[in-house]
Amino acid sequence: MDGEMISRSLLIFSKSVPSPDEDTITISVEAARDMMKRVSINPCDIGAIYVGSESHPYAVKPTGTIVAEAIEASPNLTVADFEFACKAGTAAIQACMGLVGSGMIKYGVAIGADTSQGAPGDPLEYAASAGGAAFLIGRKKMIARINQTFSYTTDTPDFWRREGQPYPSHGGRFTGEPAYFKHVIGCGKGLMQIVKTKPEDYDYAVFHQPNGKFPVRVAKQLGFTEDQIETGLLTPFIGNTYSGSVPLGLAAILDVAKPGERIFAVAYGSGAGSDGFDITVRPEMQQYRRDAAPSVRQFVENKKFIDYATYAKFKGMIKLAEVVS
Amino acid sequence: MRDVAIIGIGDTKFGELWDLSFREIGIQAGLTAVGDANLSGDEIDALYVGNMSGGRFIEQEHIGAVIADYSGMARDHIPATRVEAAGASGGLAIRQGYMAVASGLHDIVVVGGAEKMTDVPDVMSVAIQASAEDQQWEAIFGATFASLHAMIARRHMHEYGTTREQIAQVAVKNHKHGALNPKAQFQREVSLDTVLRSPPVAEPLGVFDCAPNSDGAAAVVLCAMEKAKKYTDTVIKIAASAQASDTLALHHRTDICTFDATRVATARAFKQAKIMPNDVDVAEINDNFTISEILAIEDLGFFKKGEGGKATEEGQTTFGGKVVVNSSGGLKARGDPIGATGVAQIVEIVTQLRGEAGKRQVKGAEIGLAHNVGGAGGTVVVHILEVV
Amino acid sequence: MPTARFWRENPSRYNLKACRCGVCGKVIFPPRSICPICHRKSMGKMEEIKLRGEGEVYSFSIVHDAPSQFEMLKPYVVAIIKMGEGVMLTSQVIDCDPAEVKIGMKVRSTMRKLGEDGAAGVIYYGYKFVPIE
Repeated sequence: MDGEMISRSLLIFSKSVPSPDEDTITISVEAARDMMKRVSINPCDIGAIYVGSESHPYAVKPTGTIVAEAIEASPNLTVADFEFACKAGTAAIQACMGLVGSGMIKYGVAIGADTSQGAPGDPLEYAASAGGAAFLIGRKKMIARINQTFSYTTDTPDFWRREGQPYPSHGGRFTGEPAYFKHVIGCGKGLMQIVKTKPEDYDYAVFHQPNGKFPVRVAKQLGFTEDQIETGLLTPFIGNTYSGSVPLGLAAILDVAKPGERIFAVAYGSGAGSDGFDITVRPEMQQYRRDAAPSVRQFVENKKFIDYATYAKFKGMIKLAEVVS
Repeated sequence: MRDVAIIGIGDTKFGELWDLSFREIGIQAGLTAVGDANLSGDEIDALYVGNMSGGRFIEQEHIGAVIADYSGMARDHIPATRVEAAGASGGLAIRQGYMAVASGLHDIVVVGGAEKMTDVPDVMSVAIQASAEDQQWEAIFGATFASLHAMIARRHMHEYGTTREQIAQVAVKNHKHGALNPKAQFQREVSLDTVLRSPPVAEPLGVFDCAPNSDGAAAVVLCAMEKAKKYTDTVIKIAASAQASDTLALHHRTDICTFDATRVATARAFKQAKIMPNDVDVAEINDNFTISEILAIEDLGFFKKGEGGKATEEGQTTFGGKVVVNSSGGLKARGDPIGATGVAQIVEIVTQLRGEAGKRQVKGAEIGLAHNVGGAGGTVVVHILEVV
Repeated sequence: MPTARFWRENPSRYNLKACRCGVCGKVIFPPRSICPICHRKSMGKMEEIKLRGEGEVYSFSIVHDAPSQFEMLKPYVVAIIKMGEGVMLTSQVIDCDPAEVKIGMKVRSTMRKLGEDGAAGVIYYGYKFVPIE
């Protein structure tokens, strides 16, 4: 296995590694707290928190309850954890849209976060990284409006993980055309048909980015340019954050987007499905307290490299004896 | 309150005593003390045992009953009490025994201390010793017992300019003393370089700044002064017994470089004994960490606050200096079986005051002090002993 | 399994819930029902507050020898942090080279995993501190 060769074929130069004291819960909390620093709402007005991930620390006991306590939204709210491979976070956004749009709740929080797994030596290991982003969904003081959401879902076994297995399995090249491309394109075309838009109508586009190559190829196939996807394309620097992938790309775009600009986002989750969003940035973005928390770019730039031995220790691949006390 | 005397002492060697169980080490020390006091055993009114954590080291609680039984006194049905104050368990047991005799409740009391630390793996021993800390707000965050003392050391260096070498010198001195003590766990001198280069435990403290895990036991026989001469010619008086408490967590102290419990207990003790720090000839001080001795010699009033490091470096706390500290080798070289330590300190002071300390004898020693600490200074017990 | 003993402290471990004595104004962390200065006079007068999360390193140590649940993090930095409100607490300083930690360094709190009750047990979360750039 030639690291340089893999790096070039996947277009990934570095990836984020979680510290042994981090997990999807701590990442979700950090993202949610940073989000709260930028807004002026009473956390008690949050009616729902949904966290989407493939690496919830508990199989039973939701990540969302700890996030709720950590941002003091407890106890008058509903919480559930979502799973749909890498699009669990965007599914959470859709669920919040429903609850807010119907008037059932005032605000909802949707988070996509992961500390991704990949078996040692498997190409997935090369890309699997950690990260997350949180979104506050509401009807008031919107910094961006989700004009439309559209999804495309089928039963396609391209990538999966059985209960109890530490690492996921995948169908090799089957994960390409019949999986990623079919669903992202199906969703992208479907979305543009409903809102009657063309790629040129958008200032930014972000697609699920398991590596540096797929999103570039699918953007081209859908008619988007490299300029449009540049801001949201993070995988070459931080790796594949799985459920954090489109949420972080979207967050990176919202960090810089100006009122009136339009964003096209399509996430993909293996198994398989795509969630698409057509978003317009609103005038309220001018007053938005972006500087109250670090931007995605600041997180990407603030890095320290570690060697493989440290990485393996952090990922628990080296088993240490457990002392019974 | 009547005067209390010590009429007998006994202790085991300290170290990794693989062949001896907890019960056996406790009994050995106790029988030696009772024999030293010329007692047959029937005279004993009560038993006090200092033990930090029988429950976790050997899964045995109810230590009072264990010792009463295995020392052959169960049939006499004497009151037997286990005393716990983390590292100060032994010193506190002495104080409880002292109070029982001073009050007139009992005439003759045996006080022992014992700990068996090597029946568990080292990693477990670290966790058990951490139970002397604040479990909820120190230990759970990863603060080990050594790291608390390391933070004291770093702050002392920051505030007073104490150097790493001065702190390490405590270990060098105590090993020098330990080399003169046939019962010590470590009987070899170490160089300053060895101490400075030892593997880090919690920086700036290394392996040689920390007392070892030890097995061991010690015991003394206390007797009402008015009856003491019946049993022995070498009567040593407990001139003062004092105790003080402080916050559990180090971070709740007003100043982490001062153990207020030491200052307060010492003031009470000196008042009771009607002496000044300069009157003390020999002192056994709680050096579970090198920095602890530096803090203690300041808080006991032997040296000004901030000058403990310099005093140690200048040899003021060894033979020929202002006061001989830890002639036994201290916890560092003599060993530190936690519950036994406070009692062993008394055994050493009595040995010195009787003139029986052989190669490590402090010439003309007439007044001795024992200083025993629980946790990072949450409990301090100070005793002052005098030749009668 | 001491789940309740840990769960009870979550408000303080997650959100730095402290209290202020209604008589003398002293900030106390973790919260107590009685002020160590005012004693009985303070009973029933303790106000619930939240620490802001910023402080500076008062002292620290790099831990090499640690109990088994901290094996993965060795060597790590343990520190006594003096919070802006004056109160002190003990925690870890993370996300920096241990060699960079200094007395006086400014830090802010974040949430991390403190430990777990074994692979099948409950995971405990709480505050650790990162340097403020």
